[in-house]
Amino acid sequence: MNSTVYSLVGLAAGVAFILALKGLSHPKTARRGNLIGAFGATVATLSVFLYVTPSGDGSESHSLPIHNLGWILGAIAVGLIIGVPAARKVEMTQMPQLVALFNGVGGGAAALVAIVEYLNLGDNATTAEVIFTVFTVVVGCVSFSGSIITFMKLQELMTTRPVVFPGGRFVIAATLVAVLGVSVWVVTALGTTPLLVLAVISLLFGILFVLPVGGADVPIVISLLNAFTGLTVAASGYVLSSTLLIIAGTLVGASGTILTRLMAEAMGRSLFGTLFGAFTAKPQAATGTTEERPVRSGSPDDVAILLNYARRVVIVPGFGLAVAQAQHTVRELADLMLSKGIDVAYGIHPVAGRMPGHMNVLLAEANVPYDQLAEMDEVNPTFGQTDVAIVIGANDVVNPAAQTSPGCPIYGMPILEVSNAANIIFLKRSMRPGFAGIENELLYDPKTMLLFGDAKASLTKVVSALKAL
Amino acid sequence: MDAIAVISIFTLSVFVGFEVVSKVSSTLHTPLMSGANAIHGVILVGAIIVADHSENNLELGLSLAAIVLATINMVGGFVVTDRMLEMFKPKKGDQK
Repeated sequence: MNSTVYSLVGLAAGVAFILALKGLSHPKTARRGNLIGAFGATVATLSVFLYVTPSGDGSESHSLPIHNLGWILGAIAVGLIIGVPAARKVEMTQMPQLVALFNGVGGGAAALVAIVEYLNLGDNATTAEVIFTVFTVVVGCVSFSGSIITFMKLQELMTTRPVVFPGGRFVIAATLVAVLGVSVWVVTALGTTPLLVLAVISLLFGILFVLPVGGADVPIVISLLNAFTGLTVAASGYVLSSTLLIIAGTLVGASGTILTRLMAEAMGRSLFGTLFGAFTAKPQAATGTTEERPVRSGSPDDVAILLNYARRVVIVPGFGLAVAQAQHTVRELADLMLSKGIDVAYGIHPVAGRMPGHMNVLLAEANVPYDQLAEMDEVNPTFGQTDVAIVIGANDVVNPAAQTSPGCPIYGMPILEVSNAANIIFLKRSMRPGFAGIENELLYDPKTMLLFGDAKASLTKVVSALKAL
Repeated sequence: MDAIAVISIFTLSVFVGFEVVSKVSSTLHTPLMSGANAIHGVILVGAIIVADHSENNLELGLSLAAIVLATINMVGGFVVTDRMLEMFKPKKGDQK
């Protein structure tokens, strides 16, 4: 393959990625878009095996096959053996953290590529190349360690609350200064040791950057780190003289930035506040005293009776539904109510679950018709005419504290105003607060009835009780 | 690489990236993020290039690690995105 053909293949892959992102922006074309992207990436990868440029210089290729071919193929095989089964077998509930993990390893890969190319170029590196290398190493390492922390938060391997320690912001600021200082050191002094020091403190900065982020903001951070990784790929594209990497990386960086902003808007969060939370977060006072307060808990029969005489019911699904895999059971309940002439809608909060769109994906799996899914803006005005709101494993997205108590971590997030419904039923596993770790006043509301237990088991009982009526 | 060419490619790509995702419903935020995540897995191309350049065991070892990670990112990313989107497929005539 000559260099012109190779460049044109790279261009074609770049176009494929644009079409992929475009396709992924619309429900009808999303799946095709993803396949186009996969096709582009495959073609781009295959083309490298047929044409390889010598280090740093794009003018001519060395003779085929490429060096270390066996090792390279072996490493790809290892990647496939790890990546494909992980992606195939993951539960719907765990997809968000898998995406975080994939993003992290991508950032790690970009950092490693930059380090190897730096070692390889040695004294021949131009200042521009060193600067781009430094950028890739810093941002790639931040993306790697930051993504690992988001993974651990989502997997609940560590606390989901913001981790803030006294003087934390000074530690973070000092780390950032160190990152910048060592970056300058690498650019001026050159050498392997400064670069490795830079990698280590960048990893540390990534951890410190993500630790203070509260549970509800984790998806925004994943999206941001995703955009970061894109930019590192673009920067390594410059060092490796690969137009394809520049295009692909920049596309992801730009679209990822927009997507991060869209997500922050959907959640009513200030992007700035999320990003610089690390610098402004204060240790929180313990959220209220957890005194024993009376709650009204009911039986599945009580719930069934309430539903049987309702004219309009809104189902509000949350992460608990995903955990219990109760999407099919909830559809069964909805169908049963519809057959009794009850008006049923699903109130979908944009960030219910652990990721934007989580609930839509889950309910689509259970073949819930699109027209029953109502977005937040649509459903909120209707709660006044709603007899029963059933909240299944959701908490933060209906917590009135978001509207009433400034200073709580979710303050300002738009919520589903279930408190306007005549009756509220909470299906919960326990009185444990939601992902953001905030007490929900609604649980103590006199018109609230709680049904404790696994969402799927509870719903199954409600369905059979309702059938019997 | 020619600096002007690089700057041109970069700038145009930024605008294309902004443009293609400017209007997306929140339903698709997660799959779109996941798809974009898979796309930056093309760093695999870079990892293969540096593996080819490697002149000693350290460089080869690091670049092979990069290949493993990049492959996981790229292939895993596209597979998991496809699984998410599988559930969006049109379900006409499903009302039986």
